[in-house]
Amino acid sequence: MNAVARHIHPGWAIIAPLLVLVVALYLGPILNIMWLSVTDPEPGLGNYRMLYESDSLLRIVWTTLRICVITTVFSVTLGYSIAYAMVHCHQRQKNYMLTLLLVSFWISILVRTFSWLMLLGRSGLINNTLETLGLVSAPIAFMRNELGVLIGMVHYMIPYAVLPLLVSMQSLDSRVMDASRNLGASGSQTFWRIYLPLTLPGIVASTLLVFILSLGFYVTPAVLGGGKVLMVAEYISVQLLVTLKWGTAAMLAALMLAGVLAMLWIMSRFIKLSAVFGGSTR
Amino acid sequence: MRPGLFSLFNRAGAWVLLLFLVTPALIAIPVLLTPKRFLSMPSDELSLRHFQNLFTSEEWLSSFFQSGVIALSTSVLATFLGTLCAIGLWRVSSKYSELVRAFLLLPLIIPQIISAMAFYRLWIPLGLLDSYPGLILAHTILAAPMVLITVSASLATFDPRLEQASKNLGASNWTTMRRVILPSIRPGVFAGALFAFILSWDEIVVTLFISKFSVYTLPRRMWNGIRENTDPTVAAAAVVLIAITIIAFVVSAILSRRNAGQSRS
Repeated sequence: MNAVARHIHPGWAIIAPLLVLVVALYLGPILNIMWLSVTDPEPGLGNYRMLYESDSLLRIVWTTLRICVITTVFSVTLGYSIAYAMVHCHQRQKNYMLTLLLVSFWISILVRTFSWLMLLGRSGLINNTLETLGLVSAPIAFMRNELGVLIGMVHYMIPYAVLPLLVSMQSLDSRVMDASRNLGASGSQTFWRIYLPLTLPGIVASTLLVFILSLGFYVTPAVLGGGKVLMVAEYISVQLLVTLKWGTAAMLAALMLAGVLAMLWIMSRFIKLSAVFGGSTR
Repeated sequence: MRPGLFSLFNRAGAWVLLLFLVTPALIAIPVLLTPKRFLSMPSDELSLRHFQNLFTSEEWLSSFFQSGVIALSTSVLATFLGTLCAIGLWRVSSKYSELVRAFLLLPLIIPQIISAMAFYRLWIPLGLLDSYPGLILAHTILAAPMVLITVSASLATFDPRLEQASKNLGASNWTTMRRVILPSIRPGVFAGALFAFILSWDEIVVTLFISKFSVYTLPRRMWNGIRENTDPTVAAAAVVLIAITIIAFVVSAILSRRNAGQSRS
């Protein structure tokens, strides 16, 4: 006993409270859900087979993936532009930009969703303005469709896309770009052949981070989709709270979790994960 | 180096995008001022009745109170557990402790809907559904990683020789922790506490699953308001939340500036 105790660092004693709490109250039930996905309502892979057999389920998964991919492409492209501008301007201007970015980062998701509801609705500010100006005769459907979900999601994800890119761009050695220009490359050649490849780790991290966060997104699709755009997260909540089908919900959760862990693993090969996490909270 | 045409163009675009990120939230202000009984833009006159309603309605006030209690308890609990754990991991710093650190950060990145399922699943047999302890525990598990990150960042700039010096001078582990380590990582601890508070104050997905009638937090009431899409009091609540966000942001900016100042000296 003593011999064992001597090998265990005393620091573990103060790690233990949180570790025990997370293992017992978080990891435990998650593993239980994974187990449910192959045992409820009956043992076997029946829940997973439904992915092939049920058209509606397949459509939901497909809708989710499509919306996530589009959201990610837009967020990362726009985020790249913001990060690039932030790294290449004066410190003072950069501070203002960072302030705007972080304020938007901290504004409650509910407040933002509410704002989009007020802006995009049939009698929302945008449609009202367009009609007063006589540009459209009937209100444009910005909401209760994928367009609304995409607007809300991209708006929410851009700050998450910018932060890893910023970390990556700030760590670049600007002399490499100077060398490229001195050797006769044009500005755009330097950007496409030197700058972009060097920021690739940041792009990968930002892409995966946004994709992971989009996968399980619940609030915005539920409100701006208005029941017309069903994504996996909302479907899970309906299965649990309305139809009480744990098996199907557990199967979707298991797939989502596997996807997230796989992407985290890929991400960890490109960038130090702590840099992303650390960057996203300050 | 003089910025090229493309660079200037991109900078203008970035400003437009950044304004696009912040301005939509401001629409809550005119909606709050509408004199009508339904969600709308004010046309000719302005009124503060919905703002008044927010602070006189028993329901909204109780939600503010409940969210406050839950967020404060979460913040205290998460800061305590997270800080201890960060110090432990920092002192052990081995291959295993880094694995544990990665594991403990998972609640931040695992989709909230899965966390919600997990808590819902376990809270049913434990009888914690729709109760203060249930919500506080769930929020603490989600928020502790935030504290872990901010405190670890502070610890990274702490000189371990100070700890040795303190022990050589005869201080006990506890005294060293209280008088040497904690004072030097205070900015990280405060920042963590703030983040934990905001996370809990704002949390909706897990809350939707594990609360029902007796605990009705502010995000939950806003969620209802948004889904029913009628009562302009939601706009008043949104304005209050934006104000709180800006105050919290200013506080955290001051904290991080002090933190930076300290690590430089």
